Amino acid sequence: MRPLDLGYMAELAPVIAGYVPLTLMMAVIAMIAALVLAALLAIVRVLRVPVLDRLVAVFISFFRGTPLLVQLFLFYFGLPQVVPPMTGIDGVTAAIIGLTLHFSAYMAESIRGAILGVDRSQWEAAQSIGMTQGQLLRRIVLPQATRTAAPTLMNYFIDMIKSTSLAFTLGVTEMMGAAQKEAAGSFMYLEAFLVVALIYWAIVETLSVGQRRLEARLGRAVAR
Amino acid sequence: MSCEIDIRGLTKRFGANTVLDGIDLCLQPGERVAIIGPSGTGKSTLLRCLNFLDRPDAGVLKLGDLTVDAAKASRAQILALRRRTAFVFQNYGLFANKTARQNLTEGLTVVRGWSAARAEARADEILAQIGLADRGDSYPASLSGGQQQRVGIGRAMALDADLMLLDEPTSALDPEWVGEVLDLIRRIADGRQTMLIVTHEMQFAREIADRIVFMEGGRIVEEGPPAQIFGDPRDARTRAFLRRVG
Repeated sequence: MRPLDLGYMAELAPVIAGYVPLTLMMAVIAMIAALVLAALLAIVRVLRVPVLDRLVAVFISFFRGTPLLVQLFLFYFGLPQVVPPMTGIDGVTAAIIGLTLHFSAYMAESIRGAILGVDRSQWEAAQSIGMTQGQLLRRIVLPQATRTAAPTLMNYFIDMIKSTSLAFTLGVTEMMGAAQKEAAGSFMYLEAFLVVALIYWAIVETLSVGQRRLEARLGRAVAR
Repeated sequence: MSCEIDIRGLTKRFGANTVLDGIDLCLQPGERVAIIGPSGTGKSTLLRCLNFLDRPDAGVLKLGDLTVDAAKASRAQILALRRRTAFVFQNYGLFANKTARQNLTEGLTVVRGWSAARAEARADEILAQIGLADRGDSYPASLSGGQQQRVGIGRAMALDADLMLLDEPTSALDPEWVGEVLDLIRRIADGRQTMLIVTHEMQFAREIADRIVFMEGGRIVEEGPPAQIFGDPRDARTRAFLRRVG
């Protein structure tokens, strides 16, 4: 057994860290899109909008019931064969779309749970003073549901950051791709992938600290 | 006798179960009517149907110049009806993400389109009336049950509604808070707010109501002035109920 080549790792770290912005870009765009989509899906389910409700149930079931990797391959390799406008879709776009749809399905369920957690009497009170459905969702229900769902949604965001590494399989050179290329030349796979792992770990730890602060702040708004 | 508020043939079914079976009720402006009767006889459902929190299956509701046919009420008619009525809930129904003051202003700014300044001035007036002038910035979670229900009533007062509907407003309260809430309702009643109140507090009903309505099995069995209903009930079912509740 040879010792870890720490010098090589130190050399490699800045190279791979250079791809952090790409990782964060994919995760942030997919997260924002997924949040919006998930809120809409959750509202459709909570209000039991006819027809749409059934479609949304199937959508959620499919995206939760199949592996993310399979979904990404479907978008990148499969659909362009039958949907002409998708021909030539680049790996980054396909990854963002795949992550958005996949995570929106999970997030919709936790947002739905949080919405249903808002005491029924508050819905009725809002209706009784003459608020429209939209007003009561926007002003009373969603602000409270967001607070309840925030920790779970933050966990999905962290999961999403790690899942961007799958874009590697769509030919995107992100952190994994860069590490693979470097290691292919140096044969130091352990060092290369260890650097990738440490960088992901550092990002996630940083976010976890932010998450705890955010939760403390959200909690304060309704504190005594 | 003209009715300011006229309810005709109000009917509500839950599945095969008829909860309201053709209710007719007429309220004069400023009249205070208390509904009493055994549990599960549709008293709360009646109030909820008047506000379309439960959608009635049939009947006609008239509030001033607004007439709504329950069977074919449009969304606009339902909103119009809700904007002329105010509801006080058994378990308060306060908006947990809003302060006491915001609970009062919400209906004024969002629904009625008042300016924030005007709504806040009105809210502060009401906070003073309900004895919570110094708690305007408190969130419901930090208020006692009695204080929360006073805010719930304040929210209804702020709307200046043609009809105030109170659904067992003291039933969820710890005994120590019942008195202060009843006092507040008594003061509103003294201001000749037209109100329909479902209550189990017989002494209170007798004191504040112009008229008592006794319901059983989804129907109005008997109605009349408090002295007559409590002193000389005509129907055997009314007599049996009043004997039971002492």
